[in-house]
Amino acid sequence: MRIQYLGVKEVTGSLIVLEGVKNASYEEMVDITLNTGEKRVGRVIEIKDDIAIVQVFEGTTGISSSNTRTDFSGKALELPLSKEILGRTFDGLGRPIDGLGEIVADVKWDINGNPINPMARKYPRDYIQTGISAIDGLTTLIRGQKLPVFSGNGLPHDQLAVQIVRQAKITAETTDDNFAVVFAAMGVKNDVADYFIRSFKESGVIQKVVMYLNLANDPVVERIVTPRCALTAAEYLAFEKNMHVLVILTDMTTYCEALREISSSKGEIPSRKGFPGYTYSDLASLYERAGMLSDREGSITQIPILTMPNDDITHPVPDLTGYITEGQVVLDRGLHQKGIYPPIVVLPSLSRLMKDGIGEGYTRADHPQVANQLFASYAHVQEVKALASVIGEDELSQIDQLYMKFGKLFEEKFVAQSQDENRVMYSTLDLGWTLLGVLPREELDRMDDELLDKHYVAYNG
Amino acid sequence: MEQKGYIAGVNGPVVTVRGSDQFNMLEMVYVGNEKLIGEVIRIVDEDRIIQVYESTTGLKVDEPVYSSNKPMSLMLGPGIIGGVVDGIQRPLVKIMEESGVFIGRGIATEALDIEKEWTVHITVKEGDQLEGGQIYAVVQETELIEHRVMLEPETSGVVRTVKPDGEYKVKDVVVEIEDRFGVIIPLTLCQYWPVRKPRPFSKRRRLSQPLVTGQRVIDALFPIAKGGAAAIPGGFGTGKTMTQHQLAKWCDADIIVYIGCGERGNEITEVLEEFPKLIDPKSGRPLMDRTVLIANTSNMPVAAREASIYTGVTIAEYYRDMGYHVAIMADSTSRWAEALREISGRLEEMPAEEGFPAYLPSRLSQFYERAGYMDNLNGSEGSVSIIGAVSPQGGDFSEPVTQNTKRFVRCFWALDRDLAYSRHYPAINWLNSYSEYMDDLEAWYEEHLDKDFMGTRRKIASLLQEESKLMDIVKLVGADILPEEQKLVLEIAKLVRVGFLQQNAFHDVDTYVPIEKQYMMMKIILYCYKVSSEIVTSGIPISQIRKTGLFEEIVKIKYDYGNEEEDIQRMSGLYEKIDVELTKLKDSYKNFERKHS
Repeated sequence: MRIQYLGVKEVTGSLIVLEGVKNASYEEMVDITLNTGEKRVGRVIEIKDDIAIVQVFEGTTGISSSNTRTDFSGKALELPLSKEILGRTFDGLGRPIDGLGEIVADVKWDINGNPINPMARKYPRDYIQTGISAIDGLTTLIRGQKLPVFSGNGLPHDQLAVQIVRQAKITAETTDDNFAVVFAAMGVKNDVADYFIRSFKESGVIQKVVMYLNLANDPVVERIVTPRCALTAAEYLAFEKNMHVLVILTDMTTYCEALREISSSKGEIPSRKGFPGYTYSDLASLYERAGMLSDREGSITQIPILTMPNDDITHPVPDLTGYITEGQVVLDRGLHQKGIYPPIVVLPSLSRLMKDGIGEGYTRADHPQVANQLFASYAHVQEVKALASVIGEDELSQIDQLYMKFGKLFEEKFVAQSQDENRVMYSTLDLGWTLLGVLPREELDRMDDELLDKHYVAYNG
Repeated sequence: MEQKGYIAGVNGPVVTVRGSDQFNMLEMVYVGNEKLIGEVIRIVDEDRIIQVYESTTGLKVDEPVYSSNKPMSLMLGPGIIGGVVDGIQRPLVKIMEESGVFIGRGIATEALDIEKEWTVHITVKEGDQLEGGQIYAVVQETELIEHRVMLEPETSGVVRTVKPDGEYKVKDVVVEIEDRFGVIIPLTLCQYWPVRKPRPFSKRRRLSQPLVTGQRVIDALFPIAKGGAAAIPGGFGTGKTMTQHQLAKWCDADIIVYIGCGERGNEITEVLEEFPKLIDPKSGRPLMDRTVLIANTSNMPVAAREASIYTGVTIAEYYRDMGYHVAIMADSTSRWAEALREISGRLEEMPAEEGFPAYLPSRLSQFYERAGYMDNLNGSEGSVSIIGAVSPQGGDFSEPVTQNTKRFVRCFWALDRDLAYSRHYPAINWLNSYSEYMDDLEAWYEEHLDKDFMGTRRKIASLLQEESKLMDIVKLVGADILPEEQKLVLEIAKLVRVGFLQQNAFHDVDTYVPIEKQYMMMKIILYCYKVSSEIVTSGIPISQIRKTGLFEEIVKIKYDYGNEEEDIQRMSGLYEKIDVELTKLKDSYKNFERKHS
């Protein structure tokens, strides 16, 4: 028999404290009924003797010390799952909000998941062609990778994510049957969510998308649960149904702010910028849910999007993310203002898994060296630019002038492309060679002669 | 199993237990109905505070807690090498057998395979006096490693019975000794040792041998000694893990203990896929035959992450006691420090800098001081070298973990974001890095390589220093304004950077370079510098030297010449080539001047 607890002892922020509780278990779900009949859900976040501290997802507005009845469910938050979830829309707690009724569940999974045993992983090696040169050529996305987009407010990260989804689906061996997108929105604006939905519809993937939406005006605490719901659904599709799943999580900064808010209302000791000391572990418990398993077909590829407050890459959220994810794609305001789309600044961008997924047998034999040379040459362009800003462009040596020209062309021809331009891998690499032709052959010190003989053509134009 | 208490509170990995005053500090306990593994970390009146090494979701007040009557210990015996274990020495393969691809909870498993039969040779006979640390049996653990089974350090006695050589399992009794009280102690192939207690040794030695890594920037500029400690700090994407992998692959230690502490799952998978395929250049055997992997990835429970560092160093000390040189790669010690911080926060301890507990420096020093070159109890000598990666927040080296680590290591390989951005790998910044072992190792280099090694190294280092000074000027006014001599310095320093310091981990030849070739490369660069500066002082512009193609040839030495002795011999042909080319240049200039005068 379940016991219902009347009233609460204390209310702080989104937390309520119950006294005299028997048999509460750590992290179990509770149902709270207000005397108006309104139902809310919460989760036990600390127990001490007969006191249970419960976090209320919908907030504590309207709760007083006597007007609630609380039931303990005895279970952690579980998500009902079946293949029916494709094409459906849920709220941040995994409840359907599209009016199509409840999911008939094949299975119910704990949203916290369990860590993947590293022995059971398969090392990701197959690249995903996104059709975007800056990504394909220089920060190649690999199936099973977690590659975040570091952006800033007002930069076109949403457009980039949509373009990746649209163009990634039609390549390699993914077919319509085994491709799915899981989209989790945490505290994003209504119109941003709208933009994603509209774009998914236009590109015809909407039937393959599962959406978990916690919008900017939805309860903050719910945000902690939203990505976990999404990743549980992704794990189900990838590892039970053998699908290739692309997960988009936006915006991780808002997620971390929710984490901070809850932490401070619990009175925890903060570390950097007020974020709790376990932010790293918490983020890892999300990001590490990407990957492939050696005995399954499916894969989870994650593209988390985060906005760097004040464009600061050393802010704790991008910083901790970068330590966990396998690289990052960084967007830059300077490029954006020059009108370059996508404004990917390649030097701080990186794909850690790229080294094993490109080259002979994967993309093309010259890919590693071309990428390396483009990075090295473009890095030198930055030095030349710094010098030019002091002594003026005209005073530069002849070779440095060529570097300036290379840098300009690189940004305008290689990085920039239109939102519906889908470049295949070969043309991205050939474009790389064309641009390297601007520089004299002796300057290309990251390539061996054999490749240069085969591909190097001096640029004229 | 005897129940000794019940749960009174749960907060993350920290559980309060009541109802017993018998749990000891640092005792291992089993928590709840699922018997999750935990450790007593604090005692307050009646309460025992326990950190649990698994996820605590679902634990209830009043669930039982069982005692194990022993501290958190490791099982040390044959079968450790080649294994992959989590932070508390549970083999991941066994966990997979029990719970599938996801790691479940409450899995109790033996750390070693107790069913496997080993071929054992007993090295003692009846009547022998056996002291702590002495070897009584040997087992060929892998083709590379002979496992020497030792008596536990604090016991001794006279051998009473000895089994014949043959096949035995880890827990079979092979020898019995009688101690001085007349008690018979059975000895198996394994022993238990508390994970937080350093293993004893008889004497610490002065460090005098380098840990040769085959990485040029390390061996030539910032070497580490066998038994030393080094830190690799760097922001994300600067190549900490890559450097650690390179060291694990190529350094000349006998055994590698690789601790993946709070890092990526895929990185562990990469090591698991790659190491069995890679062949050790010295022995011709797969690298996995000398490697132990401790994998506690970032999404595995945080308390076990804290323990993983100690698990690694204890295993390393155990093999040191057998007389091996062991190198530990700890990637990353920052995650370990964060685990300390997280637990400390849950205990509501007063924080020091940035929320880290006040005992962070003392924990770090305890860890790094377990490195050393020792005379062991049994008369053999062995070493433990520790190489710890540090992941400073925001890439800022002034944060507490980096700063405190710096105090306890003598070798500092600072990774640099700008170098990494321009794909200069390994991105070890030659201006911020240092090694205090240089003086200790001087004698070794002179004896094993050449008298002039240190001088050569110093010249290379000062070239780089000079370049950085000149670059400050160049950044303001451009390189054209510099006199030719200084332009030559820039040109030669570029040779050093591109041709020597940059090393390609993915190139078959370049990934590992013997120290003889490193020395030869440095000498050729310096010779080229010497001859070129004579030419420059005689008034011939650098652009003419550049046209000879010598510089490109020197840059490509690393690819064009192999690592065998005859390749290195062949390299001395380059001296001649430099002479010939530059004399030709000088002569053509003389003719030119004659014609025009």
